[in-house]
Amino acid sequence: MNKIAVIDYGMGNLHSVAKAVEHVGRELGEPVEVVVTPDADIIASADRVIFPGVGAIRDCMAEILRLNVNEIVEDAMKSKPVLAICVGMQALMKRSEENGGVDCLGFLEGEVRYFGDNLTGENGERLKVPHMGWNQVKQTRPHPLWKDVPDNSRFYFVHSYYVQTENQEMVTGVTHYGADIVATLAADNIFATQFHPEKSQQAGLTLLRNFLQWDGSVE
Amino acid sequence: MGLAKRIIPCLDCENGRVVKGVKFLDIRDAGDPVEISKRYCDAGADEITFLDITASHEGRETTVHTVEAIASQVFIPLTVGGGIRTLEDIRTMLNAGADKVAINTAAVTNPDFVREAAQRFGSQCIVVAVDAKQVSGEGEPLKWEIFTHGGRNATGIDALEWIKRMVEYGAGEILLTSMDRDGTKTGFDLALNRAVSRAVQVPIIASGGVGNLQHLVDGIIEGEADAVLAASIFHFQEFTIGEAKQFMAQQGIEVRL
Repeated sequence: MNKIAVIDYGMGNLHSVAKAVEHVGRELGEPVEVVVTPDADIIASADRVIFPGVGAIRDCMAEILRLNVNEIVEDAMKSKPVLAICVGMQALMKRSEENGGVDCLGFLEGEVRYFGDNLTGENGERLKVPHMGWNQVKQTRPHPLWKDVPDNSRFYFVHSYYVQTENQEMVTGVTHYGADIVATLAADNIFATQFHPEKSQQAGLTLLRNFLQWDGSVE
Repeated sequence: MGLAKRIIPCLDCENGRVVKGVKFLDIRDAGDPVEISKRYCDAGADEITFLDITASHEGRETTVHTVEAIASQVFIPLTVGGGIRTLEDIRTMLNAGADKVAINTAAVTNPDFVREAAQRFGSQCIVVAVDAKQVSGEGEPLKWEIFTHGGRNATGIDALEWIKRMVEYGAGEILLTSMDRDGTKTGFDLALNRAVSRAVQVPIIASGGVGNLQHLVDGIIEGEADAVLAASIFHFQEFTIGEAKQFMAQQGIEVRL
């Protein structure tokens, strides 16, 4: 039994991700157990861990710290494949500009920045914020989670803040909105996405399927 | 390469069935919402919007089950609207699998509800649905007002001012319906859309009046909308979502094919 724990720290809709993973498990014909929980012991017993997140970073971080989710994530990162999604990915960074500046977990190198109020494209056209909808993701590094996902596939994004990192080695995918921005990051057994794979139809489901089969190595 | 403009089919549902009213009055049955959602998703819909027009309490239970059934089969964003009045209503719909909720009348009766909702659940899941009607006469500067209860009740609130305020309160997206055009198949109110799209930073979904594929193109290019919503042209299979996207792509609009 492939046991997937979705860390529940009270922030937003975890149903979508749980339902998508169950769906992918059924398609694989493999028994998959998905648990949505804040319980450290249950998460420690899982084979793979999903760290989601929506909403404002300050509230997310407050709940992460209150429920010791920081320790749970740190523990999972030592031993098993971890998929961080959207604000879950942002929370792994050092710091976010959102809510006047919030310290994040600092597990990955980088900061989270605001798109700005007057974002424009190459031709001077105004770009709305949040960056909401389907954008193409260019795969900048090979990774087991990209298996069978065509390069430049569209994924569903909804965010006003984005990750910036000096460590380009970690960047596995970029999308373009005003400039090239980080769409996915990978470091050892962690894969992180700014987009929502659980809402990205075929491309997203393929990525989730790869996650269910990933052993956490990059070769 | 960039962000695609979205096509959003809208399912107006009553007691678990998809219906579509003409100017919210004359109602035709168009089928099972779960089956239709799945068909739209497979055809390339970018999101699904589910608007519950059921009035009764028992009917609300049906709606929650329908949302659950859609969410377990459709892996694109799902917005649920109609009768969202409390934080508890939002939680119920998010737990059932909705990704966003559309708040309409409750925002007008209690604007702070939008602020509370955005603070609690995040702007990304709060869509404010606005029903606007032109109130300026011929020769006067264009002016639109907010209407509630399916376009029956005037509020006296200026639409542009209202939408700016809703965005300030945390609305992450605006679903903008022209009550003059809804159900008429004469195209979106492009002047209204353009005015709203220029007034705020968040994405605008144009709604009300689509009768053919050129109307979708006009909504994006002339109305400056970020997404276009349509119901009857898809429900009664006059056009498929795929045809709509092909047509938009031919007109130079970036879409997800």
